[in-house]
Formats: sequence, C-alpha cells, structure tokens
Amino acid sequence: MKDLKKWNDKIEEIVKEEGLDCYPQDFELCCYEDMICYESYIGMPSHYPHWSYGKAYEKKKMLYKYNLEGLPYEMVINSNPCIGYLMRDNTFLLQILTMAHVYGHNDFFKNNRLFAEGTNADYTVEMFKNHADRIRAYIQDPSIGYDRVERILDAAHALSFQTSRVIGNKKLSHEQQKKRILEKYYAEIKPTSCLDEKKDRLFPDLNKIPLEPTDDIMEFVATYGKLEEWEKDIVRIVIEETKYFIPQIETKVMNEGWASYWHYKILNKLELPQDMHIEFLSRHNQVIRPFLGGLNPYYMGFKIFEDIEKRYGIDKIFEVRKLERDESFIRKYLTEELCNEMNLFTYKNMRKDYVVEEVADHQGWKEIRNTIANNIGMGSLPVIEVLEVSPQNQTILLSHEYDGRELEVNYAYETLKHLATLWGANVKLKTVVGNVDKMIVCDEDKKISINTTK
Amino acid sequence: MAIFREFDSKGRDRAAEDRRRHKELVEDSIKKNIGDLIAEESIIGQSKDKKIKIPIKGIKEYKFIYGKNKTGTGSGDGSEKRGDKIGSEEIEKGKGPDGAGNEEGEDIYETEITIEELISYLFEDLNLPFMERKKFNEIETEKNFKRLGYQRKGIRPRLAKKKSVIEKIKREKAHERGEVEKGEDYRTEKERFPFKEDDLRYFRVREDVRRESNAVVICIMDTSGSMDMTKKYLARSFYFLLYQFVRLKYVHVEVVFVAHSTVAKEVNEMEFFHKGESGGTYISSGYQKALDIIEKSYNPAVWNVYAFHCSDGDNWSEDNQKTVELAKKLCETCNLFGYGEIKHRYSSYLRKSTIRKEFDLKVKYKNFSVVSISRKEDVVPALKELLDKEDEGKE
Repeated sequence: MKDLKKWNDKIEEIVKEEGLDCYPQDFELCCYEDMICYESYIGMPSHYPHWSYGKAYEKKKMLYKYNLEGLPYEMVINSNPCIGYLMRDNTFLLQILTMAHVYGHNDFFKNNRLFAEGTNADYTVEMFKNHADRIRAYIQDPSIGYDRVERILDAAHALSFQTSRVIGNKKLSHEQQKKRILEKYYAEIKPTSCLDEKKDRLFPDLNKIPLEPTDDIMEFVATYGKLEEWEKDIVRIVIEETKYFIPQIETKVMNEGWASYWHYKILNKLELPQDMHIEFLSRHNQVIRPFLGGLNPYYMGFKIFEDIEKRYGIDKIFEVRKLERDESFIRKYLTEELCNEMNLFTYKNMRKDYVVEEVADHQGWKEIRNTIANNIGMGSLPVIEVLEVSPQNQTILLSHEYDGRELEVNYAYETLKHLATLWGANVKLKTVVGNVDKMIVCDEDKKISINTTK
Repeated sequence: MAIFREFDSKGRDRAAEDRRRHKELVEDSIKKNIGDLIAEESIIGQSKDKKIKIPIKGIKEYKFIYGKNKTGTGSGDGSEKRGDKIGSEEIEKGKGPDGAGNEEGEDIYETEITIEELISYLFEDLNLPFMERKKFNEIETEKNFKRLGYQRKGIRPRLAKKKSVIEKIKREKAHERGEVEKGEDYRTEKERFPFKEDDLRYFRVREDVRRESNAVVICIMDTSGSMDMTKKYLARSFYFLLYQFVRLKYVHVEVVFVAHSTVAKEVNEMEFFHKGESGGTYISSGYQKALDIIEKSYNPAVWNVYAFHCSDGDNWSEDNQKTVELAKKLCETCNLFGYGEIKHRYSSYLRKSTIRKEFDLKVKYKNFSVVSISRKEDVVPALKELLDKEDEGKE
C-alpha cells in the first residue's frame, strides 16, 4: 500500500506535467470475488437488484474459472472523484500499469464532450444509489412486490437502448413541436407569387401522437403509456442509467485507446527497474494485441492516437479526445496505412460461411473504414422509431430504419412482447426481412404474427 | 493526491440474491422444457444412470439487435484475400473467434444430468397415489435413497442445511481468528455474517439397496392394427416415464407387459414395443390377462400394483360391456388403474371413443384415471394428471 502510494505520486506528477486534466482520483483495493461483483454491477458500489446481474456474475465467474477470460486489470467509473478498482492479487507492476491507465480514463471522462455534456459525474454514485433505493422500496412495498418490479425491469431492460442516442440535443417540448409543424405548414401553403395555383395541403393533424416520429421509445412509453406511477418511475430509472452508459458505448475505442496511449507513455517515463520494465512491455503488448477476426478497441485506439500525434503533434490529440466520438474518430483518422498495418478486413455471412469481402488495400480500405464507423458504438444497435398511436385501439406503430442491416427476428419478437407489456396494447413494427417489407405484430396476448406488406 | 482505501466486503456477497433468482429462472426453464426433453427418443429407454447432456437455454436478455446479414470487421494476419472463407456458423456456435463480440451469441448452458435427476425434477412435487393401502407402506415409501456424505454441488432439494451451517460457522470463526491475529478489535457487536455459496453442502445420495418394498407395474397395450408406430411411440414414452417414476418411489419394481389385440399375451419388453400385430380389438382380453397375472404372481396384499392401459380406444363394440366389468375389477385390485387414450393430433379432440364414454359413465372409482395423449408434448402433462389423482381422491 505504501509502495503503491509512492508510485502513484510519481504517476500523478507525470500526469500533471503532460497536461492531463483529471478529477481527484480514488483507488479501492479489493479481492477477486469483489471484483467480479463490481464488474457485474457495472462498477457501482450500489445498484438495484435484477437477475441479469446475477447472470453476469455467473458468466464472468465461469469464464474466469475455465481460463477463457482473465479478470480485468482495471475498472473505473465515471464519477467525481473518479473511482478505480485495483485487484489485490495482481502483480505490483500491474497495479502501476492500471493506475496509469486509470488516469487516462479519468482525463477522458472529465474532458470528452459526450461525458462532460451527457453525464453528471458529481452525482454518479449518488444517482445509482438513489435508483437502488427507489427500486428496493418498490420491491418492499407490499402492494407491489418483487415479481411486479421484475416484470417491468425485464421489459425496460429489453428496450433500454431504444432511447434518444444523441447527446447534447435539445428536446423540443410538445408545444414547441406543434408550433414548428404549424409554421412549416403555413410556409408551405403561402403563395410564392400570384401566378401560382393555390396550394392544396392537408392541415396537419395536431392531435397525432407522437407529433413527429421519435426514436425515444422509452420516454414515449413513460409519457403516454398506461403504466402506473411507480412503473413509469422504473422506466425512467432505466432511461437514466442508459444515458449514463451511452457516452461509454460511443467512445469505447477512443477511451481505451487514450488510456492505453497514456499508460504506455507514463510507464516509459517512470524509470521502472529493469525486471518491471520487461513485465510492463509484455503486459502492454497483451493489452493492445490484435484479436484475430475481431477488433480490439485498445489496439485500434492506441494505434490511431499514436498516428495522430505523429502527423499533427501532441496538441491535436488533446483536441481530438475532447471533441470526437468513435464514429467520427474512425471516419476522420483511420487511414489506409493504419488499416493496412492492422490487417483489417470485412466479412459477411454467406450461406452459413463467413467470407472475406474487403481487405485493406488501396481500393478496399475506405469500405472497411466506413463499415467500422457505421457499426461502432450505438451504430451497432438498430434505430427504431415510434410513428404513431392509433386513436381507436391504442395500437403503437414502430418503424425500423432499415439501412441494409436486418433485425434478428427472434430477438425482435421477444422484444416486442416486452414492449407490449409496457404499452398495454397491440404493438406493430415495420421492418425489412430478406429485402421484403414486413410487418410484425404483437397483440395483447403476446401472440406474434409476421406479414408481408406492400 | 489520490486516496487509497481497502475494500472489505466482510463476507457480504452482494450478487447472491440476484444469482439465486437467476438460478431459479434457469431451473424454471428446465422444468418448462422438461416435457419436451424427456419425450425425446434418445432418452426414452435409456438406463437411468446414463448421463445425458441437455442444452439448457440460458435466460436471454432480448433487445433489438441486428441479425446475421450485417458486415463484420476484424483484424487478420495480412494473408486474407477477398472471397476467402474464414469460418462457418457451426464453428461460431461453439466459441466465437477470439474476442469477436460474442456477447449477443447464444447463451447455452450445457448441463450434464442423469435421467434420474431429470425425473426427480419432473416429479418433484408429485406422489404416487394410493400408496397407503399397503401393509408395508411405512418402509416401502419413506426412503429409497441413502445419504452418503456430502458434496459441494447438488440440486436444491438435497441441500444439507445442518452441514451448510457448520461450514458457515467454521468460516466465521476463521474470520474472527484472522481479525484477532491482525490485532484488530474482536467484533463486539454481532454483525450479520451471511452464507456464501462455498458454504453450501449437498447430500451425496446413493440408492438404497434394501429390497423391502415391492411394486409391480402392469403395462397393457393395445397392439391391434389401428395402433401405428406413432401411437406406440407415445405409449412407450408414457410407460417409460411411469416406470421411472414408480422406481423413484419403490426400491423394487417389476414390470409386466401385456399386449393384446383380440387375445392377450404376456410378452417381453422388446416384443411389447416393437412387435406389430394386426386385427381387431378386445380390450377385455388384456384386462383379463392382467387380472390373471396379478392373481398368479403378485398378491395385492404384498405388492403395490399399478396397471396402465394404452389404447386408441377403437374397441369392438360387443366387447365394451365386458371391458367395463373387468376395469371395475382391476380398480378393486390395483392401487391405481389408469387408461391412456392415444389419439392422432388431427383426429378430433372432442370425439371420445365409445369405450372412453363407457368408462366415464360407469367406472366410478377414485383410483381410476383417464387421460388422453395426442402429441409427445402431452405425455408429461398426462402423466401428471394421472398421478395427481390422489389429491382429488382426498377431497
């Protein structure tokens, strides 16, 4: 512990010298079982209960037991002060490496636009604690109880990512939306010259729900659904948690790349004793090794940051870490040379086989870059919008924004059932399967049918 | 200045409750699927100790996700060329390529479980009805398992509570000693010291070798021409489970097979299930044969007799009267007499065979039970219905 503090002081010194801008840092030392626990509950000291976290625990423990996956060296949460967990059983060098890595994340949390605007680090821990208390209170409430809470949580978890994914976007109120639609309408029917015919436009239906399509299904359900107040509260809790996680999902590559870039730099400056230095190099290479057939965000992020520094200088990387998210980061800074160096390729499933489509040569690299950019972060999840609610029978109509990627239909069926639980009436989803327009319907009894539409 | 602190969970295991709930859901899902699983051909007819692997569908967390037609990206070793085949779905199902985001993949737990365990799950809350009538019922029914020591893994019903508490106390004491050695104050106020999964012990169970109780299952099957392979297979599943179940409750179980068309014979298992016959149906012949066998070898005063008859119900009408009479007689002799009517799915559900109507009308015994089966999914519910008789009887 004393040694850790000593090394930490040295690290902090370098951190300051290099111009990283961090929240105060807390480290917590725990044993491996606690680490799995923290990991299952997404790092939070307190979190509401749900079986899915039990499942996460079992899975992690099993993977660890069969040596399929090592424990994470580091876990850090976006809060002020920033909390990092260190595992007691790790080697001393690993602790140092982890600490340096954590400072990288810390700086990223504090400065990246998505985190700065999308989350409130001062209250992270309190927020999760507050959520936990509210959910526990509902469970304890004799008129509600565990089963009913679980039912809503199951459903809300299924839809948790169908919420507003853009950070820093101001939401228009219902009235503002109405005003905008009317303005647009009057602008359209206004004769531009006396020679024009009178334009025939339908007056907009201002009672339509929603006024304009929205991708925030969760908020929509919490506003217009027939849920009880406590149920709406649970939905809102899940919305808030998703909001906390979206910046992390949207910056995985940058965040890990940034932290790896800094642990590498810091440890090189630390003047480690020789044996530790060798361990450091081997650990570092383990962290940023490419995954064959997959993408290692640590590796890709590290490479790109290194490349940006080489090409534009050190100030540029600070700017990039502030402004970008993974999608724009990759679109702007993943170059042909990098694609080639990392041997990137794209593949597709063709009749049960995975076949390489593009390789990182002169004509293929752009396609690869775009594919990665399109599939990263929230881009890996389908966009589904609420189009309208039928005034007669409350049927909610959704539309999947098809961009060539199809929904996994069995998952879609089950998710629609969850939505039907929350919505309390029929649910319809427009999508495309095998290049044919389809409509999936889930009725109140959770019966699913799928039809071709014109 | 960073703050360092030691985290001590004090043995508190925050995930325990959520893990318990998850496990409960997994078990529920086993139980829900057990009907389908157990009726699979591969299981029927296996010996009870055989370990079978059953895939248990993990409790999935559904979301809207993209399907397989999306394009993936990965890093390679530089040797990849356009059009190269790099893998196939089957491989991915086992374990995804290194780190290739297999999160959304199939969560399949494969559990190795013996048929016996499967059956004990299935019949966990069922009892063989009408056992109390026998002379030896005290020894016959209570225990047919011997507990031999403890093990760390096991199924819930076999939790050894006392041993688990002892293990917990051991750990607690060790923890206290540790505290004292560390020089820290011995805890004065009593804090909660919860159970951890490692504390739990389960009974190791071995089948008891005592052979004091006896039961005989008499399987009567209609082997007339109208019983085709599907129907026979259903009957077979039904008997298999029944036999397994009776064996769970009794140490020594004998099985007698009676096949009948217009005449009845005692046959061996092989013949019973595989030999087809043709011709018409006198159900009474089968019943008469069963009664004869009981009289000859299995004195109802000593033996628990369970007789079951599977048929498609196409009895020749001149035989109905006699059949009903003999059915009544079987009810008086046996602990339980069951009649399972096997129908094709597409034949009308509502239409009851004449013989079944006759049974419904005339055979009014508490230990008589009629069920119908038309698909393999029906086998388990039918069996449960049959065995649930006891509760009804008590009313």
